[in-house]
Parts: sequence; C-alpha cells; structure tokens
Amino acid sequence: MNEGPLIPHLFRTEYRKIVAVLCKRFGFEQIATAEDIASDTFLTAAQTWGLKGIPPNPVAWLYNVAKNKAKNHLQRDQVFANSVAPVLKDQASATDEIDLSPQNINDSQLQMMFAVCHPAIPVEAQIGLSLRILCGFGIDEIANAFLTGKDTINKRLFRAKEKLREAKVHIGWPAPAEMEERLSAVLATIYLLFNEGYYSISQDKTLRRELCFEAMRLCTMLVENEPTNQPAANALLALMCFHASRFDARVNAQGELVLYEAQDTSLWNTDLISKGGYFLHRASSGRQLSRYHLEAGIAYWNTQPADTKEKWEHILQLYNQLLLVAYSPIAALNRTYALSKARGKQVALAAAEKLDLADHHFYHLLLGELYTGIDQANALQHFRRALSLAKTDADRHAIRQRMNGPGATPEV
Amino acid sequence: MDEYLLLMRLDILTKEAQPSPEQLEVYMKQYYDWVGGIAAQNKFVGGKGLSTEGKVLKYNNVMTDGPYAEIKESLAGFIIIKARDFDEAVSFARECPILEGEGNTVEVRKVVTEHHNC
Repeated sequence: MNEGPLIPHLFRTEYRKIVAVLCKRFGFEQIATAEDIASDTFLTAAQTWGLKGIPPNPVAWLYNVAKNKAKNHLQRDQVFANSVAPVLKDQASATDEIDLSPQNINDSQLQMMFAVCHPAIPVEAQIGLSLRILCGFGIDEIANAFLTGKDTINKRLFRAKEKLREAKVHIGWPAPAEMEERLSAVLATIYLLFNEGYYSISQDKTLRRELCFEAMRLCTMLVENEPTNQPAANALLALMCFHASRFDARVNAQGELVLYEAQDTSLWNTDLISKGGYFLHRASSGRQLSRYHLEAGIAYWNTQPADTKEKWEHILQLYNQLLLVAYSPIAALNRTYALSKARGKQVALAAAEKLDLADHHFYHLLLGELYTGIDQANALQHFRRALSLAKTDADRHAIRQRMNGPGATPEV
Repeated sequence: MDEYLLLMRLDILTKEAQPSPEQLEVYMKQYYDWVGGIAAQNKFVGGKGLSTEGKVLKYNNVMTDGPYAEIKESLAGFIIIKARDFDEAVSFARECPILEGEGNTVEVRKVVTEHHNC
C-alpha cells in the first residue's frame, strides 16, 4: 500500500478522535492547540512515512506521536505557567498520560458532540463545527457542502469557537436533569447535517453521501452509549436509515433527482431498510413520542412501494400528529398529498385551498397534481406557477417531470 | 391573529355511551383529521385530552368527585387555535367531529392575556 490514499483516510477517521481527546484533556478554550497538534501529527506522518515507509500499525503510530506532541506542549506550557503564574492549580496533572484508549476516545467524542451542539452558537455554526471537529472534514469540503467560500467557513468556525470559549463550555456529560434538552439539540444538529447531504443542491454526490453517513455515524455513537441511548435518538437513526435506503435510487446517472414513484425499487437498500426497522422498534420503548418517531413512521411507510390505501391512511395520520408537534410548510403540503391518496382529490383540494402557502412552489406543484384529471387548464396554470417560483434547476427539472408524468410524491 | 380556546364536551362517563375499541379508532382518526387540518394551516397552538377522573372543589371546603358536569357531558379535551376573528374560530369548531354526536358541544372562547385584561 502506498501512503497516498492512506493518510487522507486516516485523517478522516483519526483526526477527530485525537482532537476530541486532547481538547477534553486541555479544556475547550485550548481547542486551537488541540487542532494544531492533531494537524501537526499528520504532517509528521506524511513526512516520515514518505521516507521510511508506513509503520506496521499506523493508527498506534499516530496516537504515539500525538501523545508526545501533547506532552511537549503541556511541559512547555507548564514552564511558562510556572514562571509567569506560580500559583497554577493544576500543575500535577500537566504531565499525566494522554489517554487514547478506545473508551476515552469514545467518551471524548460524545462529550465533544454536546459541546459543539451548544445553544450558545447558531445552528449553522454547530453544523460547520461538527463537520470539522466531529467528522474531520476539510475546510474546502465544508465550503463545498454549504456552497460558500473557504473564507466564510473559516470565519464562521472561528467565531463559533470564540463564542464557545466565552460561554465557558465544558467538555463533559450534561447533568442528568439537562440531558433530554441537550440531547435534543444534538439530535437537531445531526438531522440538519443529514438533510444537508440528502437535499443539498451541491453536485458532489460523494460528498453528499458522506454527509449523510457521517450524521448516521454520530447518531449510532449516541445509541451505543447508555445515557444517550434514548428513544428519540433511536427514532432519528431509524429515520435516517429509511431515507438513506433510497440514496442510489433517487438520483440518476446525470445527477438529476428521480421522483419517488419513478424510482427503480431494486436500487433501494434493503439492509438500511431493515436496520431502520430495528432502530424504530428500539425507539418504541418508553412513552416518548418525538417528531423523529413520527417522521420515522412516515419514512417507514415510504419504504413500502405498494401504493395501498392502508399505507396512505397511516401516512396521513402520522402527518396529522407531526403537524401538532412540529409545523412546517412541507409537512402541511405532504399531509395534503396523503389526504388525496387516502380520501380522494376533492377532499384534498378543499384542504389545500385553506393553506396559506401560495408563495411556495411545492404548493402549486401539489395543486397542479390535484387538478390533473379534474381541471386540466387549472392544473397547467399551477404547474407553470410552480416553475416560475422554483429556485433551483433540480426543482424545475422535478416539476417538468411531474407535468409530463402521473402523480408522484414530492421527495421532500 | 388571536387565540381561541375550544372546549369539547361529551359524555365520557355513562358506560353505555362509550364507543367500542373499533369505533373509538374511527373517532380518533376523525379527530386527528380535523385537528391535523387546523395544524396544516399553522393555526394549532396546543391542546390536551383529559382523563375521566376529576375532583371539584367548592366553597366551604367541599370537594366532590368529578369531572364537574351539571349535564351528562363533561369536559373531554381542549385545544387552543389561532384565528383571525370569532367567525373563523367558529368555522374551525363547526368541523369538530364530536359534533356528530347528539348532546356534545364545542365551546369557543377567546383567550385574553393578563395584559389585555388590565
């Protein structure tokens, strides 16, 4: 094996672990140092491995180098602290072993998740920091995912770290009384991270897939850890598994979105579907019914290709309940679509007319569909309105597909 | 946009008047279709169903088992919705499926904040 593809791979999987452990050890205010030491470790690896070849156990090698660099840093720091501030409280621990055991790596990463998904910083910054610190993404990859420049991302991450420092965010487990609320913030960020990948208009399919799988990986860590193995975390993981099962089917070779009903169901990933079922089952312990439970329920029914009334009745009832806990225009529109499949177009049209969503291209797309076969001229008018309101080529493409074909669920 | 309280009263105590499990499932579906339709318009604020137990406290330290009902219908649940005016609130209430049953009522009350009361 040559070191070319190995180092980027190890960077993706090990950088975040080293940063989490060091940051936990140094305190969050030293995150820049932790990142520097981790980056420096990979630089040393690239130089040394290039000359001497890859060591027998590259990961252990990386941990050793990181440990030594961290110890040097702490010693230098201690000398500085001793001469400048002789009353340093924490001197004794400065030369303690850096603990890179699997258990501590895992705990540090989970605790880092809570630190990064802290309400002190905006959600966008939480996602950016998660990608950088928890997923080991490069700045250019994050910029690509957000469709923005590297400078913007660098500034955003810098400000976010400043804010977390100012808020004296501590890397540790939230108090039991706070757990539910803090976990719910972590889950919200993970879900947004997933959606960033699933619905992103970025053309980079590999990157989008990685965003989705990173979100699932983070959520998996939560459900494998006792205090965070809550029903809502399992429900979110189930939801993401169900969605991700259509990853290969929903985009064609040209990178265009394929509508749900036009998808080749043989491309649906059955492993992910059954994995989703497993976590949905685990989510149903306890009395908690989060929005993720409801969305996972809907996503489950969407993995059933048969277009039955039963399926749509279930989907309708789940949307009814979802809207009670979390309104969104998309949920309102999807509920109306489910209503048309379960109760007929006339009932759905009456409900659609009451929605105050005429600015939304999906609203007109829905009305176009509902009027198809009832009032063709009206249907066409709504499709045209949808086209003029659509903001992306992908959306316009989907609308044109729908104008020409039979009714299909918006994959939203 | 003001908030309105919709109080739903029906007979939840008389044994013979209670629906079978199958009938209850149909009723619940109708209820969720109704309330989901309000929520789809982003006009649902909150609400709860109530159990059949209750206590009624009165003047002079009198307490009786409830729920309180001078008629056989008692408060079964409530929701708070947003509406432009009383007319719109009433138009939502009119579609409440419990009104399919004789004797059942939905009372519509406008919510006033303390601030407005002053």
